[in-house]
Amino acid sequence: MTRRQLMTGLLATAIASIIFLLPFIFIFVTATKSSQEASLLNFSLPGGWHLWDNFIKVLQARNYMLLLAYLNSTIITVCAVAIMVLCGAMIGYLLQRRSSRWNKIIYAMVMVGLIVPPAVVPTIWVLQGIGLFKTIHGMILIQVAYGLPFSVLMYRNFVAAIPQDLDEAAIIDGAKPLQVFFKVILPLLKPATVTLIVVKSIAVFNDFTHPLYYLPGRENVTVQLTLYNFQSQFETQYNLLFMNILLVTIPPLIVFIFFNRQIVAGMTAGAVKG
Amino acid sequence: MRKPKSAYPYWFVLPGAVIFTVLFLAPTVASFWFAFTRWDLYSAQFIGLDNFVQFFKEPFLVQGLWNTLIYAFLTSGTKSIFGLLLAVLLTSGIWAQGFLRTVVFFPVLVSTIGIGITFAALMHPTKGLINVGLDQIGIAGPGWLTSASLALYSIAFVDLWKGVGLATLIYIAGLSAISPDYYEAARIDGATRLQQFWRVTVPLVRPATVTVLTLSLIGGLRSFDLIWAMTKGGPGFSSDVLASVVYKQYQSGFYGLSTAGNVILFVLIAIIIVPMTYLFSRREVHQ
Repeated sequence: MTRRQLMTGLLATAIASIIFLLPFIFIFVTATKSSQEASLLNFSLPGGWHLWDNFIKVLQARNYMLLLAYLNSTIITVCAVAIMVLCGAMIGYLLQRRSSRWNKIIYAMVMVGLIVPPAVVPTIWVLQGIGLFKTIHGMILIQVAYGLPFSVLMYRNFVAAIPQDLDEAAIIDGAKPLQVFFKVILPLLKPATVTLIVVKSIAVFNDFTHPLYYLPGRENVTVQLTLYNFQSQFETQYNLLFMNILLVTIPPLIVFIFFNRQIVAGMTAGAVKG
Repeated sequence: MRKPKSAYPYWFVLPGAVIFTVLFLAPTVASFWFAFTRWDLYSAQFIGLDNFVQFFKEPFLVQGLWNTLIYAFLTSGTKSIFGLLLAVLLTSGIWAQGFLRTVVFFPVLVSTIGIGITFAALMHPTKGLINVGLDQIGIAGPGWLTSASLALYSIAFVDLWKGVGLATLIYIAGLSAISPDYYEAARIDGATRLQQFWRVTVPLVRPATVTVLTLSLIGGLRSFDLIWAMTKGGPGFSSDVLASVVYKQYQSGFYGLSTAGNVILFVLIAIIIVPMTYLFSRREVHQ
């Protein structure tokens, strides 16, 4: 490393800390203050340490709404991502292995799904028609529908790297199509699956717009919706609002620490080849 | 012997296809009917182009359309420029490079609503950290979110702050695909660093540029949550975009009008993104 690289690095670190880290430090500092101190919105260190106090207060707010929200968000995220993985892998596998005139249609649908914004009110109309409006199941399936195109595209590319000889060997040994898929293909797709789980879990967990539309009502509240609800309720209690933000930021942070590499792979998948 | 084809039965597509068709495709197709109706979710009455006429007659709805375009092009343009510059900086072997990549990228993963609330506090006209800081050096900061002419741009800035990490990541992947030979050849020919950037880096990183522009344009045209968390489209209607108009009309019970807004957004995205991908993929063939 040259002297110049060291100096540039030091300068960049200083600037990046101000621009990118300061807002997070602000969240943390505000979450530890008393409500009078927090309402000043300034950047001073807290006079008294209220981290635990605020934590308990946020949890208890509105009859333990945040706990319920964590439960709901977890259920939605886990189920939606699991279905996305399975359906996406099956479609991607078929798309890569079997060429037919349907393939073009499926690709077109994948592109449509990636680009087109969902038509919200007609979706509510459909959900009402099949009795899934304002239900967790409905929300899970909605997330699957919106996340599936990415999942298909990603699995298709990864299946291409698995030699077809492997399927054929299994077929000659008498494996049924489902056995070939579950016993041969899916285990080999593990790197893609891990990446997909990580990237899509964060996306579903952080989703605000779709629960806002399709999941109104207190008992179905999700983590992002609590933030939105608390925003008006805690207008004068910034310490509790920012404690909530802090709590919502922690899950992605943990995932990021452990799965940094997979996230980078997922986010740039197909980006360079176009 | 059994035909090899049967190892890949079509029904593998079925579970995903059903979910996608019922919950995404069907509503999208239906929106082209409901946009032409007066609709209360139970009965729809065909009223022709009335919704669209109303949409383009109401000044605040038209402003929402313009705001959408300004917001989308501003955020995707700036993300692309800053993303490339950051990527060049963070691949040049400087000190703490890995740490810096992490710091720049992390906001991408954080809840948009959380970021929106945080920056709304930082941009508070009198107490906010930004204006207090500006005050220290003798500048009277404007009302970032309370001024009608500024609110949209302030939100666009936060969008840039949150999204530039993804652009940087894509550009880093793109830069690492450029062979060092090009730079060596350019150096031997006596190209300065600036010339290398313009003549080697920028043309050869084009696939990444296309990806960044396309992704952030699609995201920008559809964006809703950050705007909703920071200003709810206000003050007045000055930072409303199509997606927030769709939500407001839905809340007020104008389902037909809301769906018309959705159709306009659909058409807008189609006429921007489709020619763009066509143009870019064609030019690449000619290279």
